[in-house]
This record gives sequence, C-alpha cells and structure tokens, in this order.
Amino acid sequence: MPGRLRRGWTCAHLRITLRPMPHDHHDDHPHALLPPEPALRVKALETILARKGLIDPAALDEIIDTYQNRIGPKNGAMVVARAWTDPEFRARLLENATAVVADLGFFGRQGEHVVAVENTPEVHNMVVCTLCSCYPWPLLGIPPAWYKSDAYRSRAVREPRKVLAEFGVTLPPETAVRVWDSTAEVRYLVIPMRPDGTEGLDVEQLAALVTRDSMVGTGLPKAPA
Amino acid sequence: MTRPTLHLARNTPGESAAGGRGQSPRDTTAPKATEIPEPAFSEPWHAQVFALTVHLNESGLFDWPDWTARFGETLARHGLRRELDGGDDYFNAWLETLETLLAEMEKAAPDEVNSIRDAWERAYLSTPHGAPVRLGR
Repeated sequence: MPGRLRRGWTCAHLRITLRPMPHDHHDDHPHALLPPEPALRVKALETILARKGLIDPAALDEIIDTYQNRIGPKNGAMVVARAWTDPEFRARLLENATAVVADLGFFGRQGEHVVAVENTPEVHNMVVCTLCSCYPWPLLGIPPAWYKSDAYRSRAVREPRKVLAEFGVTLPPETAVRVWDSTAEVRYLVIPMRPDGTEGLDVEQLAALVTRDSMVGTGLPKAPA
Repeated sequence: MTRPTLHLARNTPGESAAGGRGQSPRDTTAPKATEIPEPAFSEPWHAQVFALTVHLNESGLFDWPDWTARFGETLARHGLRRELDGGDDYFNAWLETLETLLAEMEKAAPDEVNSIRDAWERAYLSTPHGAPVRLGR
C-alpha cells in the first residue's frame, strides 16, 4: 500500500538523518572541539613543514608572542613623542627614520624602510596599502581589520576627505591631504601635530596621547586630561 | 556601481581625539584605565598563519616583496567576488596564497595537506575533551 510504503521510507530516512554524528553534541564535548576549517589547514601546513625541518615551532611561538604582546602602537607613540620634544631627534627622524627607529630597537623584520611624514597646518598625511596591507609592524603592530578592508584600501586614495570624515576627522579646507601608498619595501609613520595645551608634559605623558590611528593619519592625538 | 562602505569601529574604548583646526584639544574624556587594547589577532589561526609566513620568510624560503605581490593578487581576485572586510576573509586569502606558494615550491603538496588536515580532524574527534590533541591517536 502506498501509505505503508511512504511510512516505511520516512522511518528509514529519519533513522539515517537523525543518527548522531561524531561531532553532534549539545550539552558537553565528548571530544576536543574541532577548530574551523582554515585552522585545520594551517595545522596541516605546520605539521608538514615541521616534519621536513623547514620550521621551528619555538620560533613560531616567539613570533606570535612578539606581535601579540610586545609590539604595538606604544612603540610608534614613543617615537612621535620624542619627535615632539626633541628637535634634533625630529630632524634625524624626518631625514632617515629607518636608522633612527633601528637605534631604538625597532627593526623591520622584512627588511623594509620606514619613512616618517609630518603633519602640518598645510598638509595632513594618511597611509594606506592599496596592494595588500603593508604597515610599519615594528612601530604599530598588526594592522586593524579596517586597514586591511577593501573599502579602506580603495577609498583612501579616491576620496580621502570622506574617509577621514567617517573617522571623525574634519580638516580645514586649506589643509591638503596627502595619501601615501605603502609597499613591501617602504612603510610610513605619520607624525601628527602636537596637541595644544601639552606644553608641560614629558615624553611618556605625550606618548599616551598618541593613538594608533593618529600615526596612520586617520585620527588625531588625544587631548590632554 | 555601489560604493563600498567603510565600517569604522576603530576607536578603542576611552579613546578620543583632539580635533578641529590646529588640532586643539576638544574632548578630555580619556581615562587611561578604561582603555582596552584591541587584540592583534581575532582568531588563533590568524596568528598561526601569520607567524608561519613570517618565519618562512625570515628563514629565507621566499622574500617579502614576492610574498606581498602574490598576496595582493589573491586579495584582488577574492575582492572581485565580494567586498573583503579585512577579517577572516583577509586571512583566508593569506592562507590560500601560502598554500599555493608552498605547493609551487614543492614544500607541501595539496594532496599531502589534505591528508594531514584529515588526520588532524580525526585526532580532534577522537581526543577526549580537555586532553591535548596529537596526531596519530
């Protein structure tokens, strides 16, 4: 009979589809939580390369620790604060930033050059990487997602003032915006203008005002408390 | 053509900008104690694939300009399909670039990557929760 056949098929179908899968669980994990697909592929690459002696797992840990915990915008902020307070340092920085920041222990691990560009009432500098996401890692750490997004990478060059406005930065009409396109070889550090009312602050207090975005050119330094 | 929109979640809590002409201070609400630094990587595997690539570059397997050129090509290709937001999609492009490069250099063949990836999956699914996951279980 058609009814019995249909019922029989349904039962069999249910039994198959509702059978618990190895990773089908609700209340607890009987096994280790499965990482996302790309994580498994990265682990596969690591395993293969380690077996061939091409990587040192300890070196990987060191790189992650460095970029996660030890390198960040504080490095760049210290450079900016010194440039604000030490004219001779500022002159050397604008002349050859690679050498100056290397003296401070901030090396470009990929052998790139650092160029410092200074904001003035006449020119506001802004940095992008239209190719991918080149960024002064030793000074600013790992770039934020927006720096790596298609939207920023395409619009920063095409309509920098609109992008700046979306970041909350509105410049006087007479201030020109200059956009610098980073490459694998050259990374840029924006030296923002020193905020007013900071005359009595020392280098550390000034560095605390220097935000990451102000060193990319999409922000301005914080105001003193 | 639709214009890409920029999602600007860029200020850390407590961060304010000195704005306006001459960058004179305007907002003084910036208590340092409330600042929460953004994590450098939003997913552990982002950090892993980044570190792997930097390590291979530093050990001399490929130079960085070559890497960025290849990575830029992958990003451009992926960006034709949809607008990339700089998160997971960015590191997916990074991983694809690295897999392709290592396959071309005959350091990690796609078949081998697939087979070891499956072995890792089996290891995860057969390891009790809380125990370290190792290959060959």
